[in-house]
Amino acid sequence: MSLIDTAQPLDGPAALGAPAPGARGPLAWLARIPRPLRLAAYLVVGVALLTMARLYTGAGQLTAQGTFQSALELALPIALAGLGGLWAERAGVVNIGLEGMMALGTWFGAYGAIAYGPWTGVLLGVLGGAVGGLLHALATVTFGVDHIISGVAINLLGVGVTEFLTSVSWNGLSAKESPTIPATITKVDLTPFLNGPLRDLSRQRRPVLSDLANLWLAVTANVSLLVVLAIALFPLSWYLLWRTPMGLRLRAVGEDPEAADSLGVKVYRMKYLAVTVSGALSGLGGVLLVYLFSGKFQSGQTGGRGFIGLAAMIFGNWRPGGLIAGAGLFGFMDSMQSQVDETSHALLIVVSLVFVGCAAWTLHRRRWISVGIFLALAAGCWWWYEQTEELPRELIPYFPHITTLLVLVFASQRLRMPAADGRVYRRSGR
Amino acid sequence: MKPRLSLQVAAPLLAILVSVVVSSAMLIATKNSPWDVFSVIASKGFSKVYLVETFNRAAPYYIAGVAVAIGFKMNLFNIGTEGQYKLGALIAAWAGAAVHLPAPVHVLFIMVVAMITGAAWAAIPAVLKATRGVSEVISSIMLNGIALGLGAFLLGQWLRMPAKSGFIVGTRPIDESGRLPTLNGLLGSLGLDITSANRVQSFVLVALVVGIVYHVVVWRTRFGYDLRATGSNAEAAEASGVNAKRMIITAMLLSGATAGLVGLNNVMGQAGRYTDISVVNGIGFTGIAIALLGRNHPVGIAFAAVLWAFMDAVQTPLSNADLPKQVTSILQGVTVLSVVIAYEVVRRIGLRQQAASLKREVPTGGAPPPPPMGSEVAPA
Repeated sequence: MSLIDTAQPLDGPAALGAPAPGARGPLAWLARIPRPLRLAAYLVVGVALLTMARLYTGAGQLTAQGTFQSALELALPIALAGLGGLWAERAGVVNIGLEGMMALGTWFGAYGAIAYGPWTGVLLGVLGGAVGGLLHALATVTFGVDHIISGVAINLLGVGVTEFLTSVSWNGLSAKESPTIPATITKVDLTPFLNGPLRDLSRQRRPVLSDLANLWLAVTANVSLLVVLAIALFPLSWYLLWRTPMGLRLRAVGEDPEAADSLGVKVYRMKYLAVTVSGALSGLGGVLLVYLFSGKFQSGQTGGRGFIGLAAMIFGNWRPGGLIAGAGLFGFMDSMQSQVDETSHALLIVVSLVFVGCAAWTLHRRRWISVGIFLALAAGCWWWYEQTEELPRELIPYFPHITTLLVLVFASQRLRMPAADGRVYRRSGR
Repeated sequence: MKPRLSLQVAAPLLAILVSVVVSSAMLIATKNSPWDVFSVIASKGFSKVYLVETFNRAAPYYIAGVAVAIGFKMNLFNIGTEGQYKLGALIAAWAGAAVHLPAPVHVLFIMVVAMITGAAWAAIPAVLKATRGVSEVISSIMLNGIALGLGAFLLGQWLRMPAKSGFIVGTRPIDESGRLPTLNGLLGSLGLDITSANRVQSFVLVALVVGIVYHVVVWRTRFGYDLRATGSNAEAAEASGVNAKRMIITAMLLSGATAGLVGLNNVMGQAGRYTDISVVNGIGFTGIAIALLGRNHPVGIAFAAVLWAFMDAVQTPLSNADLPKQVTSILQGVTVLSVVIAYEVVRRIGLRQQAASLKREVPTGGAPPPPPMGSEVAPA
């Protein structure tokens, strides 16, 4: 069962995220820019968009350091789940059980932190997730169960196990949550020498520059070591998967297991490894949820972030860079829950600007009908902003979900998933 | 050729056994006595009160299971049952309270509104999959969240009963003509006395009808044949003239319409209106488990729904006896995981038996036999 039907016709603005490498057409020059520079440019464009909306609406919180920081901290669990999905799907196993593995991570993370201390908690949370991954591997690789079905079962099991364990731990204090975890992780300044100048720049409120300074401060100033560790896992995963023989074998298994097998790659072992790492990463995502936000385990606190992580990975075209972009977007939307109404209201202008951008893109491609549709959508969002004082509060927690859906609608055609993704592989002769 | 019936029945029994063993291990590891837990389940679970509870809970579970199974039959994963039934129940409760009709028409009206709402919400992932190639798994999961938010928004802004202190936020109550009666009286006349405090909801009859319709549509109509054919071999089905996109949309709409009914038991029963208490969360996800457990078969789903509801119902006596009632969620989770594994193992044994019997039929050295087309192609 394929997550994306790649045989669809290529129409519509698929360029919401990073365009696929080797993209032809009017954006071909973009592909020639070195990748790090290109990613930085996307970031600046994104921040500039927010700045424009900030200047128009006067919602200063839109690009404040605090906003970026909570966006980062909310993006990381999503991104880690997505990275887990990346590992599994690069080896050809669809992992819809990320949510359950994340839930295991939250519980074991909290338990370890309370019983043994913060870093042991991290380790236990990661192990808890890894056990979930191991179960998924057992079902899908050894027994050949459909990947989605096994994933759904893992999700149910993960929730069941955490509920039971909560009810029998901590003297049955509460069936829904743990006590607050005692100690937290050390916080560090990554670029202390830049803090002073950047804070000055931030105060001067220069368009784009001050907003970028806020972003930089959010990522480097007073960040938890856990966040640093989590961020480091992305380049590490990229290196392992794309620059080592092990990574090549693992990806070969996801593209063509028969060919890999004939060349002597241990297909089953690779899949086991990938899915277990996948569980461990989403377990760490769960740990982050506990450590950075609530400070305790709460039943159901993953709130679909495992699924959103999977969507971020699809959005990112099964690549780490795109995954981070997707998770950043969803994390930013997620952080709107803790913001004042003014900020989330200003999002309407951001969305309106995005639609204007889409209209410009389709104008370039001479698709007149699409231009009209996007301009109408942009005008609609602007009108909505002008007519209202705030967005419906009940819907704000679900902004990431709405964004995920919209992004998948507009961006799913250019994507290419691993060729053997989701296929049950059986060695011949067994 | 299907695996032997004994094997097919053995698989779920084995899975239940595994789940009992695993949860016993968990109980021992957490210093609880499995003996206490299972003896409470065995002694209290089958008393009249909890059996009634079991059947009341099983009815919505069954409908949710059928809703998911319709999609599963053609390898379509409608994870969005959750959102579809919540919105269906909300809109139906609001519409049902807004009209005044004679009893049978009123009941039907509410059900039809619920089905249309569920189908409309399911249409979104269906159209996205058919036209844009978006995975229905991800889109329907996202739509579950959005449905929760949208439901809260609609209820809070427009559909709620004017606020009264001490009242739970909800829609206006539906007239008596739109309510489903209890079955206590009927069962009493059959010689089975159940106190009126222990309501037997007639929603179980709705579930029965859903099951019969499901069986007829999927196994006795052209559409059902196409559905199963697409599920077994999408390319072959398409080659024989099945329109894949139309099948996706039709199956999702049917699944959503069925899901719309799931939340109505309390809306049209004791509560008579939609509140967050009268329509609980999570039945949609349970429906997935139940469809898996019951192998998408109308009777299998019924067993699964009753089993699941039983495990829910025994939570009360367990917690009365001061035992960890959440052990049942482990029982449920392990059962599902081990049952899908067991079914896969059984399927492989079946395939092996089939290969072996072919080998016996044809003496070695002869021309290879044509594969038994009839049994291969006809979907299970």
